[in-house]
Amino acid sequence: MRFLTVSGPPSSGKTSVILRVIEALQTRQRKIGVVKFDCLLTEDDQLYAKKGVLVKKGLSGALCPDHYFVSNIEACVTWGHENDCAYLISESAGLCNRCSPHINEITAVCVIDNLSGINTPRKIGPMLKSADIVVITKGDIVSQAEREVFASRVKQVNPGAVIMHVNGITGQGAFELTSLFEEASDIETLKGKTLRFSMPSALCSYCLGETRIGEEHQTGNIRKMDI
Amino acid sequence: MSYYDLLPRPLSELLAEHPYIEDFLSSFGLEVEPGQESLQDYLVNLNPDLLEDLGIGAEQLQQSLHDFINGMLALDDPLDQVNSLTLIGGFNKSGTAENLELTLKPGEVICIVGPTGSGKSRLLADIEWVAQGDTPTGRKILINGEVPDSKWRFSTEHKLVAQLSQNMNFVMDLSAEEFVRMHAESRLVTEPEKKVEMILKQANELAGETFLPDTPITSLSGGQSRALMIADMACLSKSPIVLIDEIENAGIDRKKALDLLMREEKIVLMATHDPILALMGDKRLVIKNGGIARIIEASAAERKNLIALEELDNKLLALRNRIRSGETLESI
Repeated sequence: MRFLTVSGPPSSGKTSVILRVIEALQTRQRKIGVVKFDCLLTEDDQLYAKKGVLVKKGLSGALCPDHYFVSNIEACVTWGHENDCAYLISESAGLCNRCSPHINEITAVCVIDNLSGINTPRKIGPMLKSADIVVITKGDIVSQAEREVFASRVKQVNPGAVIMHVNGITGQGAFELTSLFEEASDIETLKGKTLRFSMPSALCSYCLGETRIGEEHQTGNIRKMDI
Repeated sequence: MSYYDLLPRPLSELLAEHPYIEDFLSSFGLEVEPGQESLQDYLVNLNPDLLEDLGIGAEQLQQSLHDFINGMLALDDPLDQVNSLTLIGGFNKSGTAENLELTLKPGEVICIVGPTGSGKSRLLADIEWVAQGDTPTGRKILINGEVPDSKWRFSTEHKLVAQLSQNMNFVMDLSAEEFVRMHAESRLVTEPEKKVEMILKQANELAGETFLPDTPITSLSGGQSRALMIADMACLSKSPIVLIDEIENAGIDRKKALDLLMREEKIVLMATHDPILALMGDKRLVIKNGGIARIIEASAAERKNLIALEELDNKLLALRNRIRSGETLESI
């Protein structure tokens, strides 16, 4: 089973891009599974189900979404494998820009959009900087030159990645992206694998539900601004 | 020269010769001083806690810098000359063979015509992807008569194709001058200031209404945006092939625009339904049902009609300008 992690800022077009890739993979008769991670609510699982792919939804609720991801993804891979999927795609949003679901030796995709601003590539951490494939979306909304400037900004923070433009609405570029999905590594389990980058942590009183503001309520791993 | 040649050299020299290194480091949130320290020592001495806060590992930072510097140095490599592009036909949506082999040379303009949804964009995409029978149409593209290196597909430094799409919107919060400079810098052109000046001048010659260097790009009119993008493409792009998805006729001198692109000795493919642009082309590919149904060579009679069409167009343009300047059109 080929497994890929797809991540990206909220509303960058992850689901649309994955749906277009699924369409292209289905013409090649591949059985596909998708795991959709979100925080509070998602209806994207229905969009996937409509395409006739196997889908699992995971909502992290009150937990840190990426910690939730990493503590569930191994079981998801086993699930995909047991269901004879040829492909398993995990979709998760990088909400704080410091999180990243990318795993060593597993093809990592980051979706980012042209409308997010020229400084955004610099602001996103390992989710973008350690991805193997960077998909830039919403290119139809801006001019060629702006697309190029944005792509060069992405290239600056992740020069080793393959950078592709995909239109999540028309599917332009999805066929080409699919040919890269076909080269993803083939695995049976995630046992023994490691994250590409450690996840951010806090372990302070607020992690345990504290709501009161004030010095006396702060315990644990606290860091102070230089003011 | 490669990354490894730069590693032992002092930062003071490197930052002066390759200013993009500082830009690279600052994009990761790192500061660098142009001192006697070598690049290697700088990288080795970075505080691991700082790197963790910035969300990057030391090894990965070095790998990225390696890839980035080598990519930048590759920009100086001479471009592979493209003397011809050959399109070998595939199949239309019903599976009927296109049965054609078409060779295009620099300076030629090929128009692509056909209704919406007929497959014009797929043809442009096949060329951009340098298809090798691996796209839904089964078409193949040869460069200089040979199967090209697959590097053309993913290289951002040496792109085979520059595409001018229909949409000319801008969302970045920059002035025309700042934007063109940023674009020129991303291409590492020599003397970017001169290029910027040239592009703004050319754009103003193409646009019906002139704009200033400090005009925000988001407030340019449709015609001004198109003019800026065409001038930008003609002056900055090193790509030997240009794909154009229709030049809308409002607010821009289309003939001058096309002349500008042709002067740069590029192979121009243009999806258009504009009679003037279509007749200016050497050939027209008629797309139907996903395939190239017919190739029309511009005839002598058509060329003659082009002159009449241009007169008609100029007349309309003059009327447009009269409306713009507040005149009435009671006599035309």
